Amino acid sequence: MPLQSRHLLGLEGMRRDDIQLILDTAVSFREVLDRPIKKVPPLQGKTIANLFFENSTRTRLSFELAERRLSADVLGFAATGSSVSKGETLKDTARNIEAMKVDMVVMRHSASGAPHYLSRVIDANVINAGDGTHEHPTQGLLDMFTIRERLGRLEGLHVCIVGDIAHSRVARSNIFGLLTMGAKVSVCGPATMIPREIERLGVAVHHHIDDVLPHVHALNVLRIQLERDAGRLFPGTREYHLQYGITRARLEKAGREITILHPGPINRDVEISADVADAEQSVILQQVLNGVAIRMAVLYLLSTRN
Amino acid sequence: MFSAFGDRNKTELRMRKLKAQIIDDAGFDRTVTRLAHEILERNKGAASIVIVGIRTRGEFIARRIAKTIEQVENVTLPIGSLDITLYRDDLLGKLEQPQLKGTDILFDLTGKDVILIDDVLYTGRTIRAALDELIDLGRPRTIQLAVLVDRGHRQLPIRADYVGKNIPTMASESIRVHVREVDGEDAVLLMHPEEDD
Repeated sequence: MPLQSRHLLGLEGMRRDDIQLILDTAVSFREVLDRPIKKVPPLQGKTIANLFFENSTRTRLSFELAERRLSADVLGFAATGSSVSKGETLKDTARNIEAMKVDMVVMRHSASGAPHYLSRVIDANVINAGDGTHEHPTQGLLDMFTIRERLGRLEGLHVCIVGDIAHSRVARSNIFGLLTMGAKVSVCGPATMIPREIERLGVAVHHHIDDVLPHVHALNVLRIQLERDAGRLFPGTREYHLQYGITRARLEKAGREITILHPGPINRDVEISADVADAEQSVILQQVLNGVAIRMAVLYLLSTRN
Repeated sequence: MFSAFGDRNKTELRMRKLKAQIIDDAGFDRTVTRLAHEILERNKGAASIVIVGIRTRGEFIARRIAKTIEQVENVTLPIGSLDITLYRDDLLGKLEQPQLKGTDILFDLTGKDVILIDDVLYTGRTIRAALDELIDLGRPRTIQLAVLVDRGHRQLPIRADYVGKNIPTMASESIRVHVREVDGEDAVLLMHPEEDD
């Protein structure tokens, strides 16, 4: 059964079967990435525009690589130095790019809901590569794929997301996706970083990391935005590390093997200690590799959906 | 719609009446055994042979042929399966989205004699896709094609090196191969053209 929507805007409300289909399809593309020639032809003749209105390195590179490995033609676009700085509206920018016969648009934007708006004004398939503090669906999917690859399932697992939940689109996509797949989700962080009434989504809230660690199978450690939040949402990086940093000692006290995820880029010895980031139980680099496979799966499923 | 990639995916959902059983259980075994011996004879043994079956039915026929060769020669053969979906020429325009089943070849093809195995040879488009995919996976010394049934109607310049049975058909008819592992029986069936509702 094909995906329900012709766009990928978020994991909120996505059917369980659709998530399952994307994760299963990504297994086949993960195999392609191990081949001597890491390129397959299904998107030959398709053109994909990557519209990054907000800075991004790894997500943009990951999408670009996924597109090229499917043999699509790729158009790059960065907001700085483009017509956007001359005052063009989002709609006009997108329409101009679409006039060049683009089949799919991958967009990152600082405004929540920007890709949803775009999907209503252009004909191309739209993929959300991160919108404001709303969603980052391919990150949520690759996190689920990586957990499933490591632990063999999602149903019944307990995943805790640690950090600035309030400003994190990664957290939201993880929460929606994991709950749909039957996992238990909790969030942990200082009160300034936990949105009010987040319990209504169906997640448990913790403020002490040591309380929750003995119960979790996987931890998704979010990046602390040092440049933006130090002194505002928490007193300082040392204080944060003492209270919420994922350290070897903490994990040993929890008494169980916990899989560690991080969407990157990591701040060593702030949200995660250097030895944990490099430990065998950390799947951070697998996430990067799996991200390409997940994006290939999404692009493939949307473009062959017809 | 008529699919050049064989009759299985779409039309199996619709009703077709059996016209004739071409190969039965015992005949199936004999055909597999003969194909295995022909492959051995042509390659003067099994030393450089690897076996690759095209998913889904080709994979099971490949396993049977490999097993026979292994018994006769007392060797263990590398065996893999190929999902040609990503290499299809009708991927972007199909009505139904084909599901990826994955390619599973865990050995190096370079310098090997690849015995590519499918159940039915028809338009040749599946084999074209398989050849392209194999060549992206390595550089075999040779690729040889073995099929259980050749039903004619080629649309590309492709032929099989080993044929279980040639079955002249009309394009409107279909050939259905059943294998024990999936269908509970071994058989090759010729089906009548689809009936209009």
